[in-house]
Amino acid sequence: MSTQRRQFTAFSRLLHWTMAAMVLTMLCIGVAMVVSLDRYHVLVSIHRPLGIAILILVVVRFVNRLLNPPPPFPGTMPGAERLAATASEFAMYGLMFVLPLVGWGMLSAARYPIVLFGSVHLPFILPQDARLYSVLRMAHTLLAYVFFLTFIAHFAAILFHTLIVRDGMLKRMVPWNIRPE
Amino acid sequence: MSSIPGAAAGAARQRLGKTSAAASFALIGVALAAVIGTFAYVGGWFTPNALTPARITDGFEHVDGVHPGFRRNHAKGVGVSGFFESNGNGVRLSKAVVFRPGRVPVIGRFSLGGGRPYVADTPDAVRGLGLQFSLPDGELWRTAMINLPVFPVRTPEAFYQLLIASKPDPSTSKPDPATMKAFLARHPETVKALTVIKGQPVSSGFGNSTFHGLNAFRFSSPAGDSIPVRWLVTPMQPFEAASAGSAPRAKNSLFDALIAAIHRQPLQWRLVVIIGQPGDPTNDASIGWPAERQQVDVGTLTLDRVESDETSAAADINFDPLVLPAGITPSDDPLPSARSAVYSQSFTRRAGETKQPSAITPADVRRGG
Repeated sequence: MSTQRRQFTAFSRLLHWTMAAMVLTMLCIGVAMVVSLDRYHVLVSIHRPLGIAILILVVVRFVNRLLNPPPPFPGTMPGAERLAATASEFAMYGLMFVLPLVGWGMLSAARYPIVLFGSVHLPFILPQDARLYSVLRMAHTLLAYVFFLTFIAHFAAILFHTLIVRDGMLKRMVPWNIRPE
Repeated sequence: MSSIPGAAAGAARQRLGKTSAAASFALIGVALAAVIGTFAYVGGWFTPNALTPARITDGFEHVDGVHPGFRRNHAKGVGVSGFFESNGNGVRLSKAVVFRPGRVPVIGRFSLGGGRPYVADTPDAVRGLGLQFSLPDGELWRTAMINLPVFPVRTPEAFYQLLIASKPDPSTSKPDPATMKAFLARHPETVKALTVIKGQPVSSGFGNSTFHGLNAFRFSSPAGDSIPVRWLVTPMQPFEAASAGSAPRAKNSLFDALIAAIHRQPLQWRLVVIIGQPGDPTNDASIGWPAERQQVDVGTLTLDRVESDETSAAADINFDPLVLPAGITPSDDPLPSARSAVYSQSFTRRAGETKQPSAITPADVRRGG
């Protein structure tokens, strides 16, 4: 039997940590900008291109996930927990894809320009429709809170495995390479 | 009691294990609380009294009532459309495509300030003009202007306080003088601005009003300079003073006259850019720049079509003053960002509501005012 990988590939780990930073920044900017006056414009100007960057990267990440399956779960994990971990992983892929798309769609329906930088802007992907905007705007907020809660569950689970179970689960994803067994 | 060393050690280990597990759980709790706390903090949960876009929008609803489907400010209005013909004079000032010689389509909306959609027209009500320029490369430029030469306040906080102070007392239908006096005592800049505003003669209608962008922006020039600017549109229709006195007017007299005028012939304005000099404040919309500042006529706005909010494309446009093309950027003025935030809040609220018919109906527009 070939020696099984104990870690995600270096590229997978790079994507994970880069996107973790982007998503957390994004969630914080999202809740901050809706209560901001003076900083509203600056925050929105970051929020839109950053969201589109996440949309592009999640597609890369999903393809990478199919090409490079994760290393095995530690033996300490019962089947149900493995199922929950995989389900939350795919839920987060789904949210990273759907949230920017809903954002792009709602801005399209309201005819807010989606400026990336300078004069570079995205086309509108939905017809102008205030009602549609209203529904998508609510969905955007709701999905963002679902994402935050999913992230909290993910964060709590890895802390539990690292500090209580101590099964070295975090080693699968640490940015540095660990020695093979 | 018999003591078995091995068992004691085991119990100690277990106790130690329990303590260590408790510490680990505590650590997990702290880590989760820190993350959730940060999220809640940036989301404003710990500062419930801070001024937010929602609170300012609530302020409009508090003063003018909730009128579902209508803008929370500038509720009463009509849509217009036409084009902007650039003369090329702005090319050296800004890289924005809108200033290249040629014509771009424009959608706009004339309105009265305030959140009451059926308010009777009066000459001294604030008149608004929102414009959207659709640039050939797909960029949009939106600006929302009013007929006041300066804005009464400098900051979003002062705006909110003035808004609340201006709520009419139900018994007198005028703002409470004591509240207003207290506000003015705290805001000398507003007293100065009101003097300037009252010193400017009011024109007879929308068509011969000058509309001011008020806030300072920056132009990025092809030479690489960042130029502080303000803009306004000056009417090509001759000035005529609003008639004084309290002669009874039709409820929609200003809009009726506007509709009749556009049915007769297109209305035109010159788009004028005022070039700021170093030292001119860009963060204070309550004071104008010196009168001798260079003014550049960059083109002509022609509005040749008028429509009710019921049919006009302008009805669903949020005239967000920070929808800017490349070549125009915000300055350090705190108001545009706040306006952008509050307009967005107002737009989101009305987008989900069912609107009542507007004061100016499609039939009013067909009749020609």
